[in-house]
Amino acid sequence: MENLINIFVKSIFIENMVFAYFFGMCSYLAVSKKVSTAAGLGIAVIFVLGITVPVNYLLEKFVLNEGALVWLGEDFANVDLSFLRFIMFIAIIASMVQLVEMIVEKFAPVLYNQLGIFLPLIAVNCAILGGSLFLQQKAFINVGEATVYGIGSGVGWFLAIVGIAAIREKIEYSNVPAPLRGLGITFIVTGLMGLAFMGFGGIKL
Amino acid sequence: MSEPLFSKKNIKLLSDPINDSNPITVQVLGICSALAVTAQLKPSIVMAISVTAVLALANVIVSLLRNTIPNRIRIIVQLVVIAALVILVDQILKAYVYDVSKQLSVFVGLIITNCIIMGRLEAFALGNRPWQSFLDGIGNAAGYGVILIIVGFFRELLGSGSLLGYKIIPESWYIANGGFYENNGLMVLSPMALIVVGVIIWVQRSKNRKLIEN
Repeated sequence: MENLINIFVKSIFIENMVFAYFFGMCSYLAVSKKVSTAAGLGIAVIFVLGITVPVNYLLEKFVLNEGALVWLGEDFANVDLSFLRFIMFIAIIASMVQLVEMIVEKFAPVLYNQLGIFLPLIAVNCAILGGSLFLQQKAFINVGEATVYGIGSGVGWFLAIVGIAAIREKIEYSNVPAPLRGLGITFIVTGLMGLAFMGFGGIKL
Repeated sequence: MSEPLFSKKNIKLLSDPINDSNPITVQVLGICSALAVTAQLKPSIVMAISVTAVLALANVIVSLLRNTIPNRIRIIVQLVVIAALVILVDQILKAYVYDVSKQLSVFVGLIITNCIIMGRLEAFALGNRPWQSFLDGIGNAAGYGVILIIVGFFRELLGSGSLLGYKIIPESWYIANGGFYENNGLMVLSPMALIVVGVIIWVQRSKNRKLIEN
């Protein structure tokens, strides 16, 4: 249990998707003009990460790794499908996103209209694929850990996008130098937020 | 069909994305990888080349297939084309520049979700002929590469005092050797990439004022 809490806190603050790895920057910059839309996208990302990371974990463990197919029979002990990783992961992610899109359209049509093109684009949000690709380095021992990691990363991304959206709503009223308006100042503010998040870096868990 | 290979319009496809419609600073595409690999110059260059290869080829392939792809499943088709090309690039990098491939780690895989590629396929390759799409791919990848290399240059020079691994700042300048200079360790940290890009945008927009947002 302690271990799971560690992974959760670590994936939210210390290894924050946006500030430590810059994952999901495109939608982070594009959808962060209003807090409500940003929060909607953030929740969708938590959901998709929470599903795809454990699914891809199982896929990697039982299909893709070298010798993972051994449960099919001794003949498969030498099969190494790890070069298929990218294509399999992206296929899982694309179908999960399709699912989320249908659910959101049915139960929250207002949010669906607000998110617009960015809902299908979660499929190409690097945060999602990045979360799955990091599985290889993290070496989790069971599905529980992978799920907690997925959800934690999603929550970290959610915090980041809601934070920048709130700042951008306030920045509207500030006198920013003309060439820096919009994109430029958002980049610099994100950099400063990243520096602040690095304060968590020394924590040993 | 009688249009020359390098007509004025085609040249424009190639040169526009470097400044006026730069994928990173104007279209805001492909930021993730641009920022994460630029702590040093060498991975930035390798990344720029990889993205050029994938983007140009994916543009040509999707442009060739554009009349046969059903509209409803085009995203999946595009993703499969991109993923296949990225697997190729990944294997080539592993075979020839293993140390850089280790350094780039997950970011090679993340070329798949690099929005530049998806964005250009959607916005350009689906509606244009292969040759134009190829030029558009090269142009956009060049615009992306230029920013990557500028960021990588400054971060490596100021952060570790070297370029491509070669020491640029003389050893005798350092405080440890009785000099006056110290590397700015902040430049190696990831948040500085954002600030460097922010400054690049600032400089570019103050030169090219039609890009300013209100």
